[in-house]
Amino acid sequence: MLSIKDLRASVAEQEILKGLSLDIKPGEVHAIMGPNGSGKSTLGNVLTGRQGFQVTGGSVTYQGADLLELETEERAREGLFLAFQYPVEIPGVSNMEFLKAAVDATRKHRDLPELSSVEFLKLARETSKKVDLDASFLKRGVNEAFSGGEKKRNELLQMMLLEPKLCILDETDSGLDIDALQVVANGVNAMRSPERSFIVVTHYQRLLDYIVPDFVHVLAGGRIVKSGDKELAKELEAKGYGWLEQEVA
Amino acid sequence: MTDKSITDFQQQALVLAGQQTSPDWLAGLREQGAELWSSAAWPSRKTEHWKYTPLAPLQKVGFGRWADVEADWQDQQEWLDIDATRLVFVNGVFHPEHSSELPAEVVRFGAAEGAARAVIEKHLGKVVDAEKHLFAALSNAWTSDGVLLHVPANQRLEKPLYVIHVSTATAEPATANQRLLLVLENGAQAEVIEHFVSGASEQNGFVNGLTEVVVGENAELHHYRLNLEEENILHVGGVHVDLQRSARLRAFTIAQGSRLKRIDYQVNHRGEGAELDLQGLYLPRNKQLIDYHTEIRHMVPHCTSKEVFHGIVGDSAKAVFNGRIYIHPHAQKTLAELSNKNLLTSNKAEVDTKPELEIYADDVKCAHGATVSQLNLTALYYLQSRGIPRAEAEVMLNFGFINELLQQVAQPAVRAYLGPRLAQLFSPNSELLRHLSYE
Repeated sequence: MLSIKDLRASVAEQEILKGLSLDIKPGEVHAIMGPNGSGKSTLGNVLTGRQGFQVTGGSVTYQGADLLELETEERAREGLFLAFQYPVEIPGVSNMEFLKAAVDATRKHRDLPELSSVEFLKLARETSKKVDLDASFLKRGVNEAFSGGEKKRNELLQMMLLEPKLCILDETDSGLDIDALQVVANGVNAMRSPERSFIVVTHYQRLLDYIVPDFVHVLAGGRIVKSGDKELAKELEAKGYGWLEQEVA
Repeated sequence: MTDKSITDFQQQALVLAGQQTSPDWLAGLREQGAELWSSAAWPSRKTEHWKYTPLAPLQKVGFGRWADVEADWQDQQEWLDIDATRLVFVNGVFHPEHSSELPAEVVRFGAAEGAARAVIEKHLGKVVDAEKHLFAALSNAWTSDGVLLHVPANQRLEKPLYVIHVSTATAEPATANQRLLLVLENGAQAEVIEHFVSGASEQNGFVNGLTEVVVGENAELHHYRLNLEEENILHVGGVHVDLQRSARLRAFTIAQGSRLKRIDYQVNHRGEGAELDLQGLYLPRNKQLIDYHTEIRHMVPHCTSKEVFHGIVGDSAKAVFNGRIYIHPHAQKTLAELSNKNLLTSNKAEVDTKPELEIYADDVKCAHGATVSQLNLTALYYLQSRGIPRAEAEVMLNFGFINELLQQVAQPAVRAYLGPRLAQLFSPNSELLRHLSYE
């Protein structure tokens, strides 16, 4: 599904990713852990084609095509979804219209008929119930004055509505209490399927108790320095990241 | 005054003002206005009040009489769809055939007798400071027709008052004077919408529109001033308000069009517990210039004012925003907020924004801020990352910037009128306007 080879990327002419390689097959859940500043969030930004994140080397193949050739919105329509660490507040743009615009664009790309306003409203209400987000949040501005947990649930709502093929969760656990964490994890688990893959980026092992990964990778200094199964996450939790950084150095 | 042409210019206005007919009992106000107008120093670039808004376009055009209106002036007029008492003025002249029958609360100056006349004499020219506001002096000098709304104590005006000012196309210089006096006695309630529109782009018209408002104790006024005119008209306007004890004013204003448009709001908190909520939008484009000057004067304790203006400035257009808040030494426990946000959609667009706080009381809460920015790239990326095309995302964000205020407008007819018209400004392609929410 996704094959990253020796990826190098810079932000403001400073190299952040320094030869990152990763292969993800359909249905797999990969956790990426690492200390602050290791490039975890940069990976999500590069994969979604954010402006200002310059790819300087390597390749990314997604579903057999060169991902880096596509615009941000094309990548999204092809099924790539990034759940933001810090979802953006956009007052004046209604959450409902935002969701409808996203779903309309995605369905059009997939040659599916457009949902009527009534059909969409019903779908949005049902889905928001699944993520424990009151339907009143659909009428507010996008993420406007949402709490941290509400923002993350709104990300999950978008993910469920857009039915992506590859989901990147960028520190979705940050700022969540245990109840909210469970809601989000349950939502993600409900979406797991043999066709859908996940990259779960996190600083802490805690989230991985709820979303159990197939693989765990440690990102340090812009490269994956160690890979393993879920036991690696527990080891990291116990020993921290220091020993790995030393081992690599 | 050393520049002779400027003197001639002021003189020209004075002659025309003198030719207006009006009831005798307005003579005092007119004379006083004429005196102030002729003795006032003409603004230059050094005059703070007019620093960023040169009056040259007006001086170049000058003043004149509007020719009789063509029969087809009403074509392409689109007004609010609202059940209201409607008054239509065309080039400053009242058109009864397009207007509603007037309820007892609404009186034209020329027809005012007895109690109504007493109300006019008590308040007209008294709320506005014509020594400070040059064009208020001209308005006083020019006053012939005008409209009084007088809502008696504890009464609620049944239907909104909807005053439409149409300026037709004119190649010759032409001047219209618009005057409105709104007086709400204690405990009264009313809603008033002023709507300025203008015809085709051949336009050398000048509109001087002045509104004075008195909101009595515990009375509440919803006021709208919609300045939606075409490219070339010249428009100077003012809304001057006295708020008595526990009075409430909810005001909304929008400005679009004009190569020179200057609107002043002055609100005086004269009674304790008065509340002001003032929201405004301005959207100059092409070569337009729109200038809002607001001044909120807190003279007594325990009053609140909340003021928010958003502007989107495109092409080679220019916007000026000056928001002054004055807090008198006696005005303890004042709560005052002022926010002005600007979005520039072109490299040639310009905005001059200046919040001014003058605080002489020590126990007050004041917040103010002004920002000038371009399209929010983080928000754009967020929308694109959900599959929304860039062009549509840009329209959604630009519209969202004004919709923040538009969606708070209480009167549904105003929202319904402005929504689609403002949306169109951001793209001629209706495909890109499908996901805007203004209803």
